[in-house]
Amino acid sequence: MNHFALPRISLRFIPIWRRHWLVWRKVAAPSILGHLADPVIYMLGLGYGLGSLLPQIGGMPYITFLAAGTLCYSAMNSASFEALYSGFSRMHEQRTWEAILNTPVTLDDVVLAEILWAATKSLMSGAAVLAVIWLLGLSHAPLSLWMIPLSLLIGLTFASVGLIITALAPAYDFFMYYFTLVITPMMLLCGVFFPVTQLPQGMQVVAGMLPLTHAVDLARPLMSGSVPPQTVLHIAVLLIYALCGFYISLVLFRRRLSR
Amino acid sequence: MNAVIRACGLQKSYAGQRVVDGLDLSIYKGECFGLLGPNGAGKTTTLRMLLGLIAPDAGTATLLDLPVPQAAREARIRVGVVPQMDNLDPDFSVAENLLVYGRYFGMQDSEIEARIPSLLEFASLSHKRDAKVPTLSGGMKRRLTLARALVNDPDVIFLDEPTTGLDPQARHLIWQRLHELTRQGKTLLLTTHFMDEAERLCHRLAVLDNGRLIAEGSPRALIETHIEPQVVEVYGEHAEAWAHEHAAGYAQRFEVSGESAFCYVQDAQPLVAHLQTQSALRYLHRPANLEDVFLKLTGREMRE
Repeated sequence: MNHFALPRISLRFIPIWRRHWLVWRKVAAPSILGHLADPVIYMLGLGYGLGSLLPQIGGMPYITFLAAGTLCYSAMNSASFEALYSGFSRMHEQRTWEAILNTPVTLDDVVLAEILWAATKSLMSGAAVLAVIWLLGLSHAPLSLWMIPLSLLIGLTFASVGLIITALAPAYDFFMYYFTLVITPMMLLCGVFFPVTQLPQGMQVVAGMLPLTHAVDLARPLMSGSVPPQTVLHIAVLLIYALCGFYISLVLFRRRLSR
Repeated sequence: MNAVIRACGLQKSYAGQRVVDGLDLSIYKGECFGLLGPNGAGKTTTLRMLLGLIAPDAGTATLLDLPVPQAAREARIRVGVVPQMDNLDPDFSVAENLLVYGRYFGMQDSEIEARIPSLLEFASLSHKRDAKVPTLSGGMKRRLTLARALVNDPDVIFLDEPTTGLDPQARHLIWQRLHELTRQGKTLLLTTHFMDEAERLCHRLAVLDNGRLIAEGSPRALIETHIEPQVVEVYGEHAEAWAHEHAAGYAQRFEVSGESAFCYVQDAQPLVAHLQTQSALRYLHRPANLEDVFLKLTGREMRE
């Protein structure tokens, strides 16, 4: 069994995805609350509080500016938590993967199901934040509905990248590094709270390489009802991160579980 | 006769340490085959290679006439597995565990639902259908794991230490069920540390030590081939001193372990007569069993 073989995709991921879905349904209420509480508090607190001190940004009130970024980082967080903590629990603590791998299903199917499930969580999270945006009257643009598939794409990206960390993790503590060194900096540097153009040139270059920047660059125009410039570039960057993450994490999982 | 499971020169090393070392095995349809060996002998690694979950460094294996690991996925459609460690879904009820697991085999929900009542009955869990897994006792969890392994009506069932950690009642119930499965013509491959279990359940056994097969045969044949038929265990503070002085005169072979001496003999009468005169010693005369064979072949020292 060659650890470096390309992933073999099949529909066998579906029963695994359905398993995760059935578990989630049992904890749906607290889960939805969790999806919403954090982003809504950021949006309202910073949006109205900080927003009252700020002039408009790019022709929109600060809370509207912030809302698009919040949706993206919320989708990023949902997939990341799912891929790291819940994924590790299924792989290591509960041995769910071991049970599944004894059936006619392969590790490729299991990892694909993890990614698609974590992306589903992002989709739910993005849709929930979008509903709040609409309820608050921050956007009425039909184009903003595109933020729902965008949430899914963000989920695919961060689930795949996050699984690399899961594959390497000896224990839950390890995830602290990823959140402190990767997720939090992205939240602060990628245009969620302020335009990336406010950063010094060097930091702008770094921000331009990070996936969340490209997600935010897609979300903000969609919210205000315009087609994002360089759509293809942004989608391509997110997809490249997703595909590389899938492949690298799969190789690492194959290595880890062959022992 | 065609082997249902066949291993040919299987080899596997981890970090330079040879875990399985040139293993040949043939297991036939309807057989209950036991893999015995001390901790670290390579039992679980062997099972994982035969299931096609890991690739051997050398050698070949077939499962239900399919080469593994190359065609392992296809082979596992007709295989059930009871793993060593509990990996039931704790968030689900008993019935949901079976439903969700059946789906991994590509079964339709209606097909699985139709099987659930008989699976629960087989596992004596009909009254626990809607109970959550964390509320089950250890024995119930094992039975549910066994029922789960049968959801696809497999031809071959792998069981890795199926009764470890269970109380005697729970073990007996599992044994009864495994007997039933062999009666139905299923092929069972199990690992165990319990020699009474192996002696009771298995048609044939293989003893592994340091990844090598050191003995193979039916429990009866192994006892007849490898060991004297009678055992006299001698206990007491003075057992060791007694053994060094007298045992050799009565027993073909003896071993001292703590305050016990184990004497292996063809004819126990002279030794028993002698022991009756030794008031400071207690003794037990019994026929030789598989545990005696196992200890002779793999030694008495701990393997950790």
